[in-house]
Order: sequence, then structure tokens, then C-alpha cells
Amino acid sequence: MVHYNASLEDTEFYKLQRRVVLRNCGVIDPESIDEYIAVDGYAALGKALTSMTPAQVVDEIKASGLRGRGGGGFPTGMKWSFTAAQNNPVKYVVCNADEGDPGAFMDRSVLEGDPHCIIEGMALCGYATGAHEGYVYVRAEYPIAVKRLGKAIEDARAYGLLGKDIFGSGFDFDLYLRLGAGAFVCGEETALMTSIEGNRGEPRPRPPYPAVSGLFKKPTTENNVETFANVAQIILNGADWFASVGTERSKGTKVFALGGKINNTGLVEVPMGTTLRQIVEVVGGGIPNGKHFKAAQTGGPSGGCIPASMIDIEIDYDNLVAQGAMMGSGGMIIMDEDTCMVDIAKFFLQFTVDESCGKCTACRIGTKRLYELLEKITDGKGTLEDLDTMETLCRYIKDNSLCGLGQTAPNPVLSTYSRFPEEYKAHVVDKKCPAGVCKSLLTYVIDPEKCKGCTACARVCPVGAISGTVKEPHVIDAAKCIKCGSCMERCKFGAISKK
Amino acid sequence: MKSLEELAAIKARMQDKVIMREGSGQIRVVVGMATCGIAAGARPVLDRFVEDVEKEGLADRVAVKQTGCIGICQYEPVVEVHEGGKDKVTYVKMTAEKVDEIVEKHIKGGQPVLEYTITHVGD
Amino acid sequence: MHKNVSKIPFKGTPEQKEKLMAVIAGTNGDKSLLMHVMQEAQEIYGYLPYEVQVMIAEGMDVPLEKVFGVATFYAQFALSPKGEYDVSICLGTACYVRGAQAVFDEVSKTLGIGAGECTPDGKFSLDACRCVGACGLAPVMMINGEVYGRLTPEKAKEIIESIAAK
Repeated sequence: MVHYNASLEDTEFYKLQRRVVLRNCGVIDPESIDEYIAVDGYAALGKALTSMTPAQVVDEIKASGLRGRGGGGFPTGMKWSFTAAQNNPVKYVVCNADEGDPGAFMDRSVLEGDPHCIIEGMALCGYATGAHEGYVYVRAEYPIAVKRLGKAIEDARAYGLLGKDIFGSGFDFDLYLRLGAGAFVCGEETALMTSIEGNRGEPRPRPPYPAVSGLFKKPTTENNVETFANVAQIILNGADWFASVGTERSKGTKVFALGGKINNTGLVEVPMGTTLRQIVEVVGGGIPNGKHFKAAQTGGPSGGCIPASMIDIEIDYDNLVAQGAMMGSGGMIIMDEDTCMVDIAKFFLQFTVDESCGKCTACRIGTKRLYELLEKITDGKGTLEDLDTMETLCRYIKDNSLCGLGQTAPNPVLSTYSRFPEEYKAHVVDKKCPAGVCKSLLTYVIDPEKCKGCTACARVCPVGAISGTVKEPHVIDAAKCIKCGSCMERCKFGAISKK
Repeated sequence: MKSLEELAAIKARMQDKVIMREGSGQIRVVVGMATCGIAAGARPVLDRFVEDVEKEGLADRVAVKQTGCIGICQYEPVVEVHEGGKDKVTYVKMTAEKVDEIVEKHIKGGQPVLEYTITHVGD
Repeated sequence: MHKNVSKIPFKGTPEQKEKLMAVIAGTNGDKSLLMHVMQEAQEIYGYLPYEVQVMIAEGMDVPLEKVFGVATFYAQFALSPKGEYDVSICLGTACYVRGAQAVFDEVSKTLGIGAGECTPDGKFSLDACRCVGACGLAPVMMINGEVYGRLTPEKAKEIIESIAAK
């Protein structure tokens, strides 16, 4: 073997990773079904159809300990067994590929890089649960994923891997693609089914659960992309193989989309139980520009923050929930000391305000009122009483919303408030934003020691707030300053700072 | 697909085209063509590889393929060269100009252009 | 979701109508394909004005209120036309953390329009969008589907101005 030490596998970024879900991404041509077959594609489906009963497939998935990768972490095998137990000739399999969390693109990468593994996982689910039709609901913002998945479905049909009597077993299964249209709530399982049926994607009350009455009122199993991507590997290599990786209650690997203030942004797949420190410092290569790690946000608009003090936490479903965060679908945004936690909470709230479908009052109006409270705080007009109101309102929204969107919408606020109460108090009591983000609370000042009196800042100031004579230190009139930051950008001597 | 044998036959036919065997002399070049790769300029890189391989008459032993995302967004476009019996080489932040050099020195000459690889290129 | 309804008169052609009718015929009466038909209609017309919604409702035999309901529920459906250059700036988490709001403000100022609006000459329309999945290049904007990454307010302004000069 000739060694070059020049491949991805030779990097620090890669060495803690273990690729199960992403094993074919970056390896095979996603538009070639033959290449997928070359790397054992459809072998699991062949094995199950020719040598396993549906109940054995369910048991194998149960034994593997696979849990739903969409965020909630419900045991997949259990979910399948509920649908399998229904006595109904028409059942459905649904793949949730409506990846809507901002900053998350795990599912997109799988759909674009290995679309056949989703088809195979869904067909296995169909066999196990007694369904003969499946739907993949993909967001329309992913045109390449839609195109490749569409081609994959056609190719699988042409090979008879979808359609009638697959592998001569008498099992029929076919798949259809449905495109989302930009509604975050459709990532919620009942809303997604309502949307596939051609309606406004509003969630439905449970019970009845989808396993009993789901898509078109038939028993339905819904899993997300990453969950289905694990299925064929489990059937092929066995439950024990899968369960050998991970922690006691969270088996296998998890894909994260690592982003924010981190050197190596990208897609990483690590065994469950990897510590946050390993992800940030080794895989992520640390924080850029010599800054310090402040918190990691997981679970997007439904999730929470893990503060720097908890950096040694082993990442799995239960540990994250215990810390007031959640696994979520896999977005992981790293924040440094320049990130204001109140501002981040406000950012996620803005998202849920926009995306609330409007069905439940608590979510529709509650999130808006909560957003206004946060705005008041970041504007420096908040009071200590507002903080109490904010907490009460959070609980109220959680308790009175029908679906996951509303029930989790206050999480970013609750989590940042419980982890960084001093930062909220600084905004309210001292009228300061410690991270220097909230514009209304900032003052720009010129350091007279560093100022050379070049007049550049005074010339760029749009409101004439800076005065001074040439070669003498300048001053900013805080009353006139609109905090646009132009002066700071223009200063060549680093004399201007915001406080 | 009516039997496992049919599946096995396709696998047998394709295996050597995906996993390079030692001593086969075959080279597989894969270009990361997921959304982020394309956004960063992977398409002209793929096109140039196809052109160069054609022009240099290497088509019988060099296959140029598109692939999905390998996860290193900030290094896109990414190209990997697989050759039997040799370590894979990961080229990052690729451009069409770099392709010409890699085809000349690595594909034809057998010497990877180390300065363009992931372990040598800074962020 | 609040949507701006266009006051620009409808300028559909018989060819466009023919295409839309062919799409509707292809559904074979499956009403669950409403969203699919609306997506195709938006491809054909560029947006979904009242006149097009009526054609879909009558063609598929679904109530107009349902078509309107679906059109206003999903962000993807536009009730007013897009500009020749459709600018959307990602305000997803990764981009936001890396300064996307300043980029948006600068572009908005340069064009003199806000989100969901179109310049009077019909050349540019502006939108803020959710994550486009190019987080490694954050902050990013898309112009007619093409991604521009690693933006600063200045860089974004230059890009817009160079297109405006065309």
C-alpha cells in the first residue's frame, strides 16, 4: 500500500467520526443504482424478503435500539410494531424529508448523496409493517435532492426493486414523491400527512396516533431520512453490530450539521456518547479567531443551549433532554463570547412566530407576545417583572399547544434563561448587552490613546456624531450616534470599540 | 429483480468499478456534487476533469464520477482520487486550473500534488 | 402568513392556460395533488394570481377557498410576481450568527425595497429565506437560484450593483 497522508481520513476532523448513515456519501455516484448495488445496496431488502418474516424484521430493528433521528428519539422498532399490529389491508410508510430546522442539512446530504438507501429503508419498513405504498415528503428548497431521489425511484422501479413481487417474494411496494412548499410546521408528523393529502399543513390532535389513523386515515409509519438510512445496515449487519456503538440507551451514530463559530463547519457523524468537547475541539477544530466557546445550540427552534460548563457532556438523547436541550434532527450551532443569548432566543422566536400555523391560540398569539417581550428586553426597556412574565408565558405556550412546534417553541428562551440568567439581567438591570450585539444597548467609544486623529471616522459617520480636530483624538456624541458601526469598520487603528 | 442471484450478478459486475483493486491500474476520480459543492464551483471542476481525461486519451483507465457531500463544507469543491493499492487522495478548494495540474502530475505521472490536498491546504 | 397580493394586471396567455390544463388532466381527479398542481402553475406563471387560482379550483373541482387557503399557508406560493432578478438572503441560524442581518439591511437599502417586495421597474425582488443548506459559506444569498457565499454587506452591495448595471 502506498501512503500519502493526504486524504480526508488523515485529518483530525475525521478521526473521531464513524460513518454508518453517510457511508456512501462522497463514495458512490448517487445517480447510479449499479454503484449502490456494488456497495451492498438492496442486499438487506433481498435478505429480508427471502429469509425473514415481517415480525423478524420488526424484532431486529427493536433489538438494535434504533431511535427516531428526527429529534424526539422514539424507539423505531416499537413504532413499527404499532403499525404492524393494525389489521388493515391499506397502510402507508412516510419518510419525513421536510428538513426545516435552520442550520441543519443532514437529510439533504443523505438524499443527495445516497438516495437509494432511503428507498431500501422504506421498502423494509413497508415489508415489516404490511404497507405497500410509501410517500417521501421533501422540501422544495432542495431541488438537487428532489431530482436525485426522483431518478433513484425510477431506476429502482426499472430494476423491479420497487413494484410488484420484489425478489419473487410476492411483496409489492411502490414510492411516491411529494414536495413541500416552505412551511416549517409540516415537519411535524401529523401536519406532514395533512399536507400530503393536499391541505394546509395544520397538525391534527393525537390520539388517534398515525399508527392507527394516519395518512388518508390509514395506519401509517412515519420516520425521518436519517432513521431510514440506518435500517438497511441494521438488517444486513444485525442488531448486535448496530448496538455495539453508542451509549446504553442511545445506540448507533448521529449526524450533526456543525455550524456557527467553529473552524470546521460541515457534516459530521459521530458515535452516540461522543462528548461535546470532542466535537468542538477535535472534530470542529476549535473556535476561530482565538475566541472562547460559550454554548452549543442543538435542536434548532425547538431545542436549547448547552453551556461551556457542560462541555464534557456525552451526547445522547437522554443526556441532552436532562440538560434542557434536545437532540433535535442534528443542527449544532456553536457560539462564542460574541453571541448574545437573548438575541439568539429572539432569533428562534422570530422563526416560530413566522412559522406558527395559527391553529392554536397559545402558539399563534403566545409566541408573538413572547417575541415582543424579548424585543423589549433587547431594546433595553425590559423590567425584572418582564422576566417573570416571560417564564409564565413560556409554560403557558408549552402546555396549551397541540403539536410539537408550539410545545417546544419556548425552549430556546427557557434554556438560555436558565443557563445564562445573568445575561438577561444585564439587559434588564444594567441596560447592557455583555456580548455587544443588541444595538440599542451599545455605545461606541473612541480610545483616545489609540486615536491618531485621522478624521476617517468623522467623515464616514452618516449622522455627524463624531467631532474632533485633525491629529487630535476624536469623540462620539452618544446622543446623536445611531450605532451603525461604520466608524468602527473604517478605523485603521482599532481605536473604536463598542461597549 | 426476481432473485438474489440477479442482485449478486450486478454487484459482481460493478464492484471493481467502485472499489479499486490493487494492480488493476484503474483510477476513480470523484467530485463532490452536493448543493454546497455545486455552490462553491464543483461543476466546472467536474467538467474539466471529463475534458482532460478525454483529451489525454485516459478514458479506458480513468473514471470521473459525481458523488454526494463528504461533509467538509469550507473546503469545497472537493475531489477524491482512488487508486488500487494506494491511499485515497483528497483534493480541496479545487479550481479548473488545479485540475490540469493534477491530471498531468498525479493521474498521468503517478505523483499526487500534495500542496492541494486536505492535509496541506489551510483554512 | 401575511402575503402581498399583487395589483399588477394578470397577463396570462392561452399557451400558459393550455399547459396548466394539461397538468390538471394528469392528476386523474386525485385531489390530494392540489399542491403539486399549484407548484406547477407557479412554474408556468411565475406566481399564483386570483385568475390562476380560479382555473385550478374549477379544473380540479375543489373550492376556490381551499386553493386560496393552501396558497396563503405555504411560503413558497407567491401571490405577487417576482422580479427579473429574485434575490433571497438566507437568515438561517448559521448565516445569522455570521452577520446575515447586516447583509440583508444593506441589500434592502441598496434596492430601496423590503422583504416580499419588487422594485417598480420589475428588475429585482427581495426576500429573506430560511437555510439554503450552504452553511459552510455563510452568510449567503441566492439570486435566481445561484448561491453567493461568504458575503459582507459591501460585497453584497457590489454584486447587486453590478447586476443593476447590466
